[in-house]
Amino acid sequence: MTKSDTRILAPQPGLPAPTASWHDRKGLVQIGLLALLLLAPLAAHFLGHVYYVNLASRVTLVAMAAVGLNLAIGYGGMVSFGHAAYFGLGGYVAGISAYHAFDLTPVIGWPVAIPGSDSMLAIWLVAIVVCGLLALAIGAVSLRTTGVYFIMITLAFAQMIYYFANSWPTYGGEDGLPIYLRNTLPIVDTNDALTFFLICFGGLTLSLALTSRIMKSRFGAALTMARLNDTRLATAGIAPYPIRLVAFVISAMITGLAGALYADLNGFVSPTMLSWHMSGELMVIVILGGVGRLYGPLAGAILYVMMETLLGGLTEYWKLFLGLVLLLVVLFAKYGVMGWLAGRERHE
Amino acid sequence: MKKLASVGLGLLMTAATATAQAEEVKIGMITTLSGGGSHLGVDVRDGFMLAIERSGRDDIEVLVQDDANRPDLARSLSNEFMQRDEVDILTGIIFSNLAMAVVPAAVRQGTFYISPNAGPSDLAGRMCHENYFNAAWQNNNLHEAMGAYMKTEGFERPLLLAPNYPAGTDALAGFKHRYEGEVVDEIYTQMGQTDYAAEIAQIRASDADSLFFFLPGGMGISFMKQWENSGVDIPLFGAAFSFDEIIIKAVGSAAVGTMNTSQWAYDLDNEANHAFVEAFREAYGRTPTLYASQGFDTANLILSALDKAHPDDQDAFREALREADFDSVRGEFRFGPNHHPIQDIYVREVVEGDDGQPTNRLVGIAVEDIQDIYHTQCEM
Amino acid sequence: MTLFIEQLFNGLQLGTMLFLMASGLTLVFGVMGLINLAHGSFYMVGAYATALVSAATGSFFVGLAAGITVAAVVGALVELIVVRRLYHRPHLDQVLATFALILIFSEGTRWLFGSSPLWLNPPEVLSGSVNLPGGLRYPIYRLVIIAVGIAVAVGMYFLISRTRLGMRIRAGESDREMIGALGVNIARLYTLVFAMGAALAGLAGAMVGALQSVQVGMGEPVLILAFVVIVIGGIGSIKGALYGAILVGVVDTLGRVFLPSFFGQFMSPSEAAGVGSAIAAMLIYILMAVILAFKPKGLFAAHD
Repeated sequence: MTKSDTRILAPQPGLPAPTASWHDRKGLVQIGLLALLLLAPLAAHFLGHVYYVNLASRVTLVAMAAVGLNLAIGYGGMVSFGHAAYFGLGGYVAGISAYHAFDLTPVIGWPVAIPGSDSMLAIWLVAIVVCGLLALAIGAVSLRTTGVYFIMITLAFAQMIYYFANSWPTYGGEDGLPIYLRNTLPIVDTNDALTFFLICFGGLTLSLALTSRIMKSRFGAALTMARLNDTRLATAGIAPYPIRLVAFVISAMITGLAGALYADLNGFVSPTMLSWHMSGELMVIVILGGVGRLYGPLAGAILYVMMETLLGGLTEYWKLFLGLVLLLVVLFAKYGVMGWLAGRERHE
Repeated sequence: MKKLASVGLGLLMTAATATAQAEEVKIGMITTLSGGGSHLGVDVRDGFMLAIERSGRDDIEVLVQDDANRPDLARSLSNEFMQRDEVDILTGIIFSNLAMAVVPAAVRQGTFYISPNAGPSDLAGRMCHENYFNAAWQNNNLHEAMGAYMKTEGFERPLLLAPNYPAGTDALAGFKHRYEGEVVDEIYTQMGQTDYAAEIAQIRASDADSLFFFLPGGMGISFMKQWENSGVDIPLFGAAFSFDEIIIKAVGSAAVGTMNTSQWAYDLDNEANHAFVEAFREAYGRTPTLYASQGFDTANLILSALDKAHPDDQDAFREALREADFDSVRGEFRFGPNHHPIQDIYVREVVEGDDGQPTNRLVGIAVEDIQDIYHTQCEM
Repeated sequence: MTLFIEQLFNGLQLGTMLFLMASGLTLVFGVMGLINLAHGSFYMVGAYATALVSAATGSFFVGLAAGITVAAVVGALVELIVVRRLYHRPHLDQVLATFALILIFSEGTRWLFGSSPLWLNPPEVLSGSVNLPGGLRYPIYRLVIIAVGIAVAVGMYFLISRTRLGMRIRAGESDREMIGALGVNIARLYTLVFAMGAALAGLAGAMVGALQSVQVGMGEPVLILAFVVIVIGGIGSIKGALYGAILVGVVDTLGRVFLPSFFGQFMSPSEAAGVGSAIAAMLIYILMAVILAFKPKGLFAAHD
């Protein structure tokens, strides 16, 4: 499945786009999506519907995880079928840290005692570092392969971690690990649904800004080139492998941070967060929104959670319809919701 | 439809529409209705609904959701029930790992949880809570009774087999607590495992004189089918979870002759039970399992307390639950200090029934007035 | 020692079932360049059809024939309606479209046949166990599964190396445009290969279904293992699928049995079971990583 070389002559997603009328439309849609995501839970909060505030937090975190994946798939052309590994690992960092903080036992007793912590800041930092290291190891092996091998190897590594978490008894194994008290931040009360939503919203906005920033940099241009034609990048004197690896690691870090927040939202982390269905769902969200579109994951997440809630209320077989919609999108609407809302990117 | 409407309007609704009758009681049931463990949840639900219908009360709304035996799904369903539907009472969970995911958080947020099945040791001991009641058993109970029974029957080298999850470790701990002697080996399997060839080979290679196993739901059926064809010839024992009416009918003649322990049997002789078994058969056209009896008892326990107080009056309702003022189909029933039952455990044998299908027959009492060993750790 | 041999047989039995799954997957990839996640659905479809028809007719063998046929027909339909549009699409689209098919198949089956497992028993003639030389007793049905797996492997070898269809398949693997130019009806060849893969998956599902249970989602764990098999064996290679399947089956089975008892020598049984099974569960993935570290295209890479 090599991509045709003629495409590289056209502007690509992530490269500074020329201004045109469709660009304004895109900008409006992007602002609209963010405003919708921010205002809906605010309204729900003042009407006293905590449930919908939490639902908005869920949309936000799923979107953030997909923003991470989009960096790998959409911008880097690395079809990772194992991003649940980072999502779940981030969740486990939050869960394990809270577990030890609750029990007053050290996470590691030797050679240096590392205590558990219920501070979100510490948890976020650890989640980002741990997920980055894991992605470095997995990426270093997986990126030696391409195409279908890459898809299967990322899947297999994620399954390996899934089965490990499933069988390792210390942190609940298959039963998962409840977080009895939500982790804390200084000054603000994280138990308040709206406050927690705003934290998640901040995370999403930052990851969107980071992705945008990366793709506008020289590094982003190199990554795009690596996706489209790595021989050409190599002739320019840049090795594609480290470029891809760094992008893969950043992608995993964003997804991992989303996972840490997701565990706190649910008060629970289990191997399900690591399962290949989760990887698949994250991919589905990226595709529904539009691959390689900055706001695609957000549009996809809103659509996905809406379908889950609305269709799920109508029929318990809602995934049947999700499957049909997904199939139609893949077969006939390649550019996803963002393609439909904001117009195609010019090169398309 | 209700859910759809509430989602669509949720953001626009004013508080005015939310004022339902203050008297109404909402019960959220999270139970396993799909996958290999589905018949457990179906029977709990059917038994529960039977009791609600027979009570004739129309001020009780029961919302039922399938947890698919997934802890994360159970957790999010419980959040939905508490935050969106604002239920007064939660119930229904079958598997202990799901209970551990849901119950501690739910009871701390002021919701009552009445367990119709799972009774993990943590919830009976160090993590017990005043809003948590178990109307079935603590996990160890039935296994303890089997340990005592096998000891008196003179088995000397039992081998133990259970899935590696809270109820599995509770099961073997319970068995060993009353068996007291040495066991040949303990084999832990994966939860939801479907192929037991490797375990059967290990059993074959051991010098065990009997096998005690705990494999609830579909796991039990798969295991027994494979056991039948393995040619290993030692007697099988277990708690009723591995030998409910549905499992032994699916397994067929291979189950005949095995012994199991239960806190209830459909041929148990008391008035409440006769009425229950008859009504259940009439309503659903099948013989109830112990799970159905637990669902029925759970609903009757809740109903007995609702007669005295509304759950909004937490202290009064809790006190009413503690009294356990209802006719349990298992005969005598009372709560210990940790809100877990103190009850007799019976022995049943699987025999060939009148229709040629295997069925359970009551043999006798294994242990009287069993109380879980964790109640001393409970500070309430 | 008999324990070890019995476990070897168990590993072999798992391996032959994996081969039935993996051979279809690898053939579809080799000939059409398609990565098909929905292959596990054919496994489930075959098992359901077998269970339902067996229950209706009272004969396992009629059910089995029906199961294989239904799986093949469903496979052919899926190829004609959906998969055919995916051959020239990127792998990402293939993954997502076939992931969508999994959702449709699983939820559709749940809708039609309910969420409870169906129970299918092996036929009476194949029940019970036999004494093998060396004092080992082994269930007849599991021996039959091994035999069927070997028979399919031999059959595939002859089909591919000796028949006209096999020649076209080999031609398709090495050069897709070429066989079109030679006047072979590629569309029909593709449908045929896809249906054949589905039939093999259906056969595997039916045979294992009788041993375990028939339920929604039963194909997914097997699918993941089959992916590991073909990655180890080399994607597109039937020979690789065979060796990979046996290797994965044996390593997985032996690991699950002997690692917990190994750790049991210095830990409590519950801990040993936890640690042992955690490492056992990772074993085949570690094996895969090691093999790929030395041979990035698998043991028997069919083509680049």
